[in-house]
Amino acid sequence: MGIVFSKILDAIPTLWLVMTLVFVALRILPGDPALVALGDFATPEQLKVFREQAGLDMPLWHQYLDFLWNVVTFDFGSSFITRESVAATIAHVLPYTIGLAIAATLIGVVVGIPFGVLSAVKKNKLPDQGMRVFSLIGYAIPDFYLGAVLLLVFALHLKLFPINGGGVGFADQLYHLALPAITLAVLKIAFLGRLTRTSLLEVLSKDYVRTAKAKGAPPSKVIYKHALRNALLPIVTGLGLSLLATLSGAVAVELVFNRPGLGSTLIKAIAERDYTLIQGAVVVFALMVVVVNLLVDVLYSVIDPRIGR
Amino acid sequence: MTAIDLSHRVDAVPAKRGVLRRVLFGKVSTSIATLVIIAFFVVAILAPWIAPYDPLKQSFLAINKYPSAQYWLGTDQFGRDVLSRLIYGSRTSLLFGLIAPACAAVIGTTLGILAGYFGGIVDRVVSKMIDLLMAFPELLLAIIVSAALGGGFWNVVLVLTIAFVPGFARVARASTLAVRQEPYIEASLAIGVRTPVIILRHVLPNISASIVLLWTLWIASAIRLEAALSFLGIGTQPPSPSWGNIIREGLGNVLGSPWPIIGAGFAITAIVMSINLIGDAARDMLDPNSSER
Repeated sequence: MGIVFSKILDAIPTLWLVMTLVFVALRILPGDPALVALGDFATPEQLKVFREQAGLDMPLWHQYLDFLWNVVTFDFGSSFITRESVAATIAHVLPYTIGLAIAATLIGVVVGIPFGVLSAVKKNKLPDQGMRVFSLIGYAIPDFYLGAVLLLVFALHLKLFPINGGGVGFADQLYHLALPAITLAVLKIAFLGRLTRTSLLEVLSKDYVRTAKAKGAPPSKVIYKHALRNALLPIVTGLGLSLLATLSGAVAVELVFNRPGLGSTLIKAIAERDYTLIQGAVVVFALMVVVVNLLVDVLYSVIDPRIGR
Repeated sequence: MTAIDLSHRVDAVPAKRGVLRRVLFGKVSTSIATLVIIAFFVVAILAPWIAPYDPLKQSFLAINKYPSAQYWLGTDQFGRDVLSRLIYGSRTSLLFGLIAPACAAVIGTTLGILAGYFGGIVDRVVSKMIDLLMAFPELLLAIIVSAALGGGFWNVVLVLTIAFVPGFARVARASTLAVRQEPYIEASLAIGVRTPVIILRHVLPNISASIVLLWTLWIASAIRLEAALSFLGIGTQPPSPSWGNIIREGLGNVLGSPWPIIGAGFAITAIVMSINLIGDAARDMLDPNSSER
């Protein structure tokens, strides 16, 4: 438990640095947000009132402290455009993004790891070569292109899946989730499959695996009990990395399938120069990155007790 | 262009002259990949002469045409020739692909060498920044910076550079740390060679192979990233064609014609796959212990 606590303490300065970077980045945003929000026909008085309300007339250090306080209290004010609370908007769309990331990761783990085991065991045979071709394509094909093709073929032509949106009710939401999740899972399968293969091959050449084989343990037991367990450490790191990649990949995929989500919200906010919403969405993204890294660190010490004690 | 830069720097490691040829043409797969890459570059350079139409020219008489002898890949919702847009788009993609990782290599290598060579507070600050930036997926970092800067050629270059700097810095730092232990550095220090000379004459050439390798690998990432940003509408701005924004515009017109999406996506996949193949071959060649075989 102590390790978890110290990792969380470690994450705090990181978070602070990230938030500072976000603040600096957003302050150099070109264009006057007041002018953008109110339009070209706004009178100088209206602009002045707006700036006062949004705190844009304050000195920079004051805005910075306000910003940090808002992050701590999760209060990002209201959208410049829709006037809705930013926290509420994000709370509404976040489950869609998290659901998408979890579904894609599940498919990636369930398909990718056995795929990797198979290709390590059948090294240089047909499954291994199939894996190699799959990962070559999986690494090269952009997720938004794959998503667009799946949309074209399975939703528009074969009409097997819905074209866009998030769905209503659990079953319908799963139905809407299928194509986007598969899109993101392809890269994950390629990545996890290759990673599993590499680290399993390395472990399979170790002495204790040879010992296990020599004493007559059945091959499946050797692979799953002796080898895979030891090959798991790089896979867990890889899983963390790929979860992060999914978060950013989700941005494009949400746009392709016109899904609600944190990514599509951020992109829309950028297009509309919706300052407060950009701020909120970016902070939440950054928060998720820090949390995932934290989880990977903690999982590490659970899988390999030698680390961090 | 910058392609000459690559061969020049690989030549800086004279013993490895034959390696380049083996990496590029050693296997059937890498030979095909090399030819694909060369073909893309030739097309990009010769774009004004081989593109059948003006990529920006709109025509009301030729909206959403399917592929035909006249328009090989059809036309889009503005009646623009898709093939010509793809050809001109390859210029954008390859230019970003070469420039952004090159800028990142210069900045990242400088930071990495300084951190690795001098250690102490410089190292601590640089390493902390690297760790911080590395925690973010490149695309997410690029989106956040784009949110602040907006589109436009140099802004996108800047965004991609920031996304790639930490990787170069990390590799340069680690290699410098290793090189710094070598007897020839100790010897130069002992005979009183000035620090800048040691860094430029002894450290840099000895870490350049891994930097060049990283640069070639990241050309593919840069092409992908630029396409993703343009697809999201925060990269290359229309009407300038880029593979990413061709897919973006195509998605708004899927019912009109799927061909812009299919063509542009195929182009991205083909060039990225080819560069990855070459990169993997180069890595296997340089690091015989890598278990990807």
